Amino acid sequence: MFMSKAFSLLKPIPLMSGQSNLAYKFIHQLVASHGHRCHRSLIYKQRYRTYPCSAGRRTISAETKVMAKEELPGVLILDIGGTQGVLENLATLLRKHFHLITMKEFLENKEEMSKKIQSVFVFECRPTIDRELLESLPNLKVIGNSGVGVDHLDLKMISSFGVKVTNTPHAVADPTADIGMALMLASARRLVEGCQIAVSPDTKHFAVDWLGVEVTRATLGIIGMGSIGYKVAQRARAFNMRILYHNRNRRKEEEEAVGAHYCEKMEDLLQQSDFVMLVVNLTPETRKLIGKKELGLMKPTATLINISRGAVIDQDALVEALQNKVIRAAALDVTYPEPLPRDHPLLKLNNVIITPHIGTATVQAIHMMAEEAIANILAVLNGQPIPSEVFPK
Amino acid sequence: MEGQELPYVLINCIGGVHGVYEDHVGFLQKHFHLVTMKEYLENKTFLSKKIRAIYMWYHKPVVNKELLQSLPNLRIVASSGVGIDHLDLNLLSSFGVKVSNTPFIVSTDTADLGMALMLASSRRLVEGHEMAVSPDTEYFPADWLGAEVSGATLGIVGMGTIGYKVAERAKGFEMKILYHNRSQRKKEEESAVGAVYCKKIDDLLQQSDFVLLTVNLTPQTHKLIGKRELELMKPTATLINISRGLVVDQDALVEALQNKVIKAAALDVTYPEPLPRDHPLLKLKNVIITPHIGSATKKTRRIMMEEMTESIQAGLAGLPIPHEVLP
Repeated sequence: MFMSKAFSLLKPIPLMSGQSNLAYKFIHQLVASHGHRCHRSLIYKQRYRTYPCSAGRRTISAETKVMAKEELPGVLILDIGGTQGVLENLATLLRKHFHLITMKEFLENKEEMSKKIQSVFVFECRPTIDRELLESLPNLKVIGNSGVGVDHLDLKMISSFGVKVTNTPHAVADPTADIGMALMLASARRLVEGCQIAVSPDTKHFAVDWLGVEVTRATLGIIGMGSIGYKVAQRARAFNMRILYHNRNRRKEEEEAVGAHYCEKMEDLLQQSDFVMLVVNLTPETRKLIGKKELGLMKPTATLINISRGAVIDQDALVEALQNKVIRAAALDVTYPEPLPRDHPLLKLNNVIITPHIGTATVQAIHMMAEEAIANILAVLNGQPIPSEVFPK
Repeated sequence: MEGQELPYVLINCIGGVHGVYEDHVGFLQKHFHLVTMKEYLENKTFLSKKIRAIYMWYHKPVVNKELLQSLPNLRIVASSGVGIDHLDLNLLSSFGVKVSNTPFIVSTDTADLGMALMLASSRRLVEGHEMAVSPDTEYFPADWLGAEVSGATLGIVGMGTIGYKVAERAKGFEMKILYHNRSQRKKEEESAVGAVYCKKIDDLLQQSDFVLLTVNLTPQTHKLIGKRELELMKPTATLINISRGLVVDQDALVEALQNKVIKAAALDVTYPEPLPRDHPLLKLKNVIITPHIGSATKKTRRIMMEEMTESIQAGLAGLPIPHEVLP
């Protein structure tokens, strides 16, 4: 049985500058009139209600009323099930609103299917959206991405076809912030190493001089204070950490709420932090944001944590820095590529923890991302205000 | 004090897996004449009358009746850490020997570790790392999922200093916090962290997604969590122990984990430590164990050492002893 978590509507959630307030309103009533191929119009009433339940959990429920049985809009997905496809229970959720067409079905019957497809649901970066695909889908209106990162999508090219792109910034924020904290704590306290000692057949006693470093009252430098970065700050504050942040823009209100100090120059943050956490999106500006120079500015006792994208770090420079103890350790949920080649030096360093890109890998988050993507896709198809549209620069 | 000898203090040894830290020795030697167990045994006649204090670092040296009888001028035993379940307080008291511990300095590190274990267990961090570095890994499967910590319900059993610090941290994750304690905390303390008191531990066990043990070990808390308590927990719940191994009925825990009565466990403490290498807990996939590292940070251990020094000095001067433990 899975339990889902609601977006808290009533809390003042700090907005990234420029983002529409609509994005935070999850009580929608969408009235849709449907597709040019249908004889009758379909009315969908969608409500995302949040309410406390007895155990204190907040839940979301989507109530859908289909007024008439007509053809649902076609949505292309890579596959259902298996290790790379859309999860079975997500497919069930999607089917409430859409006619799901797998890549296989599409390729086997291009002529008929291509006209039906109004949207692509991109899950774990698949299917790949290339020019050829876009050219073969004349009625495509929107790419609904599951997840917040869109660095795998060529936004300019997609836009040139008149197709919109949406992502799911709300569903990802909590679980990704949690993984950032999990990695920071695990690295600081040498948790993975410790587990290995605790279960190793060679262990005869626990050495009392086996030590980690403190998290409480240490200095955390957050690079990229968007929604996720802000949630990291909220959590870190509960550990009495001193919080510095570097961002394209200063966020004065949010600073006060979490006691964070703005570092206009990233160098200042790097020099003062015990933990540096990367929470930026991947753009041409942030590619290799952390290289040899930046690593050299960090304290030799500092830890680098990456929950953004592998390419934000110059990986070769990181390997060198770790080998030469320029920094103390690294904890990475993301690398480039994923997975790393099995002979990559990062896999052998004992001051590195790597997790397999699990920032949003929770039962709850996967479901919420699908719901958020569905809401976005439906908004586009129904000509409603779009909660999370992503625009090319 | 010019011309006066530094007080003789017995320690187990210096360095190695059980000894006083090499980099603490300098500080200690400013205040004490350190006598290792080895030196004592080699020169009992002379040293036994000189020794006035024992600096007990991680439960060593072991203090028993025999040792107490041979140290007529022993005034105080300073013990590292907060737990004193390894000490026979009545015995020590009967010899007129005072005891001190280091209760507060360990709190934040231990609370941090409790959070680390909860997050690591819930998000399958250790498994994930192993997958990420395994030579057999070809891709990361999309259907590999953990469970969320944010917004979940945390039940804290034992809301002392450490338990309260855990609550403060859990609040940052918007967790719903329940707690069970011998006595209810003040309203202001409860509302500061949003914690709800459960007079009956059963209520806490039935509602929690994570049950975290932060009690001290006493006859009352021995096997506090047994078969009955484990069965009251949700099948999707995780048990986290940062207190003492004996607070949990370990055999019942093994059974509960094997039969999926609960989802997982994350233990910084076991009984004994380390566990025998063939113990079933070491083989279960849904268990993470850390080697009792609740207070294992450089800073904290340094401060512990300084506090113990202070306590010994006060004890020997006949002054009120900081962090004295009464029987």
